[in-house]
Amino acid sequence: MQMNIILAGVGGQGILTIAAVIDHATLQSSLTVRQAEVHGMSQRGGAVQSHLRISDKEIFSDLIAEGTANLILSVEPLEALRYLPFLAPDGKIVTATDSFINMVGYPSMEQILAELHRTNHPVLVNAAELAREAGNVRTSNMVMLGAAAPFIGIAAETLEASIKKLFQAKGTDIAAMNIRAFRTGEALSQLQATAT
Amino acid sequence: MKQLLLGAEAIALGALDAGISGVYAYPGTPSTEITEYIQKNRGGREQPVRSAWSANEKTAYEAALGMSYAGKRSLVCMKHVGLNVAADAFINSAITGINGGMVVAVADDPSMHSSQNEQDSRVYGKFAMVPVIEPASQQELYDAVRYAFDLSEALKLPVLLRLTTRVAHSRAGVEGASIHPQNQLNAPYAPERFVLMPHNARRQYNNLLAMQPQLEEHSEQSWLNRLIPGTGTTGVLAFGIAFNYVMEVRQAFGLDCPVLKIGHYPLPRKKIEELFSSCDTILVAEEGYPVYEELLRGYFGNNNIKGRLDGTLPRAGELNADSVALALGLAKKEVMPVPDIMVNRPPELCKGCGHRDLYEALNTVMSSHEQHHVFSDIGCYTLGALAPYNAIHTCVDMGASITMAKGAADAGLRPAVAVIGDSTFTHSGMTGLLDAINDRSPLTVIIADNDTTAMTGGQNSSANGLRLLEICRGLGVEEAHLKTIIPLKSHLAENVAILREEIAREGVSVVIAQRECIETAARKKRNPAAKA
Repeated sequence: MQMNIILAGVGGQGILTIAAVIDHATLQSSLTVRQAEVHGMSQRGGAVQSHLRISDKEIFSDLIAEGTANLILSVEPLEALRYLPFLAPDGKIVTATDSFINMVGYPSMEQILAELHRTNHPVLVNAAELAREAGNVRTSNMVMLGAAAPFIGIAAETLEASIKKLFQAKGTDIAAMNIRAFRTGEALSQLQATAT
Repeated sequence: MKQLLLGAEAIALGALDAGISGVYAYPGTPSTEITEYIQKNRGGREQPVRSAWSANEKTAYEAALGMSYAGKRSLVCMKHVGLNVAADAFINSAITGINGGMVVAVADDPSMHSSQNEQDSRVYGKFAMVPVIEPASQQELYDAVRYAFDLSEALKLPVLLRLTTRVAHSRAGVEGASIHPQNQLNAPYAPERFVLMPHNARRQYNNLLAMQPQLEEHSEQSWLNRLIPGTGTTGVLAFGIAFNYVMEVRQAFGLDCPVLKIGHYPLPRKKIEELFSSCDTILVAEEGYPVYEELLRGYFGNNNIKGRLDGTLPRAGELNADSVALALGLAKKEVMPVPDIMVNRPPELCKGCGHRDLYEALNTVMSSHEQHHVFSDIGCYTLGALAPYNAIHTCVDMGASITMAKGAADAGLRPAVAVIGDSTFTHSGMTGLLDAINDRSPLTVIIADNDTTAMTGGQNSSANGLRLLEICRGLGVEEAHLKTIIPLKSHLAENVAILREEIAREGVSVVIAQRECIETAARKKRNPAAKA
């Protein structure tokens, strides 16, 4: 088993929290993990990404090679496209459709969607709306983790247990809300899989 | 049980378990998390471990040297450019030698993710003639720190631990080992070593030279230098984390080339000779400058050596599995291109950040001057160089805003304006301000005091608020030209007026723009128990 996942987004959108949940779940599953992340200047509203590698064998490189990512999980639609050269031919994009526009020349949503649809059945998620339904827009990242759950190679229950574990310190309500967000995302993803 | 740690954190845990009595550091990406981890996890040790931030890398280095002088183990951490600041102390501490084990963890940033250059600290290690350790993985970092402390104590030399961004900021499972107790206080009088007057310095330097074969012998025996046997006529010399990329390619493409992993310098000559004698061609893969490729190639060149200097690997930037695969002759694979619609997303000042209001006021004032150069410095406020503000026009090294503005003022540039953060000011701005006052250079220094070292994640800065005012007074800034403003929208007119008056004036003025970083303020609100 080997999974290469690129987590993408904009500094401050919570991709490191997604990474922390997957990391935790990986250790619970007795798999090896390497997860490279970005600290420093780009965290101030710049493009950020994390390379996450899971395997049942030794992992050497902290970085994913081009054309070998099984999954690009993005919390912003344009950011999903930034890492296309890393996507494996049969790799999957799971992305939020909520644009984060903090620069000039941001392309139109039609253009972004057209590019996304050139990849293998992308899973497109109205994450902010689903997060609000779950209780708080800040749970968007857990909606996205839920939507990506069928493609990560780790059981959804294990991921849920890790969410619970990591959010427990902030209160039972917050943990429950994040699990709700996760399940909403997962349900949507299952629905889209059946439709395609 | 394995813990998932960043490489930086693995160093921190390794140092705690190796029995350090203190860590000294100034924050800098990608080294900051070493000290932060120690600050959060030093409790529960048999003896206290000191860990507060230092004013700069030089003060940090010297304090660590003093702790070692007193017989205890010390760790000092910085980013690569920080070693430029601490270089005087570093080079000379190799001449004096040390007592308690001393490890200097320096994090390089190839590809300049968060830095102004990609200098390679191994050059400094060679320059100082001390052992350099360069582990390839998080587990190796943990183990190597403990090894480095033992080595340092055995040789009585500081050991340089070099890491690079990708290992510093990547997580992996790390297994801890037994805990070494802290050393006892033991400060023998040794002026013949530590008084570096010429007569002592010459002897000590000769001692250091005489030790070099011993250092090489340690490298020869080191577990960090090992051969991965293979077949074929092409061998790879893989330094530091370049080893990871080489092994990744070897595994992914089923190659069987011999690989000599180097993680301990000076070079293990015999091991290198063995690899060279068994192969026709050697690929030298170094993360950073082609330091050893150049050395092995020699002045007249050696066409059997491939690497960054002949274009087999890119000359600049970090390596990765893709560049190493190409270098090993594997065809470049077809991948999806980045779509044409892609646009860059540069970092920006946070919404609601006080620096935004400061730059709005400053731009208003400067637009009325024909010459509108603003000298600046390193921190979040450097983002004022980008649109929409385009407010600052230099960023060179820590503290350079004030001294460059001074020099430009001396040359006749009017107005001469410097923007510097609170932490950068205490790091190395204060001495430059003293120069300007002594020389009566007409300039306006704006200290953007957000009460923290924000860019690296909100560490305590050495002085802010009233203490900054006191420091400026003490340096000799006239009371009438030492002003405080609050960078808020509602104060814009008032702030413009104050800045306009001080900038127009022929003399040294300091304007302190005081408003807490919104990130640290929000963090305190979320977690009131967090240390203020």
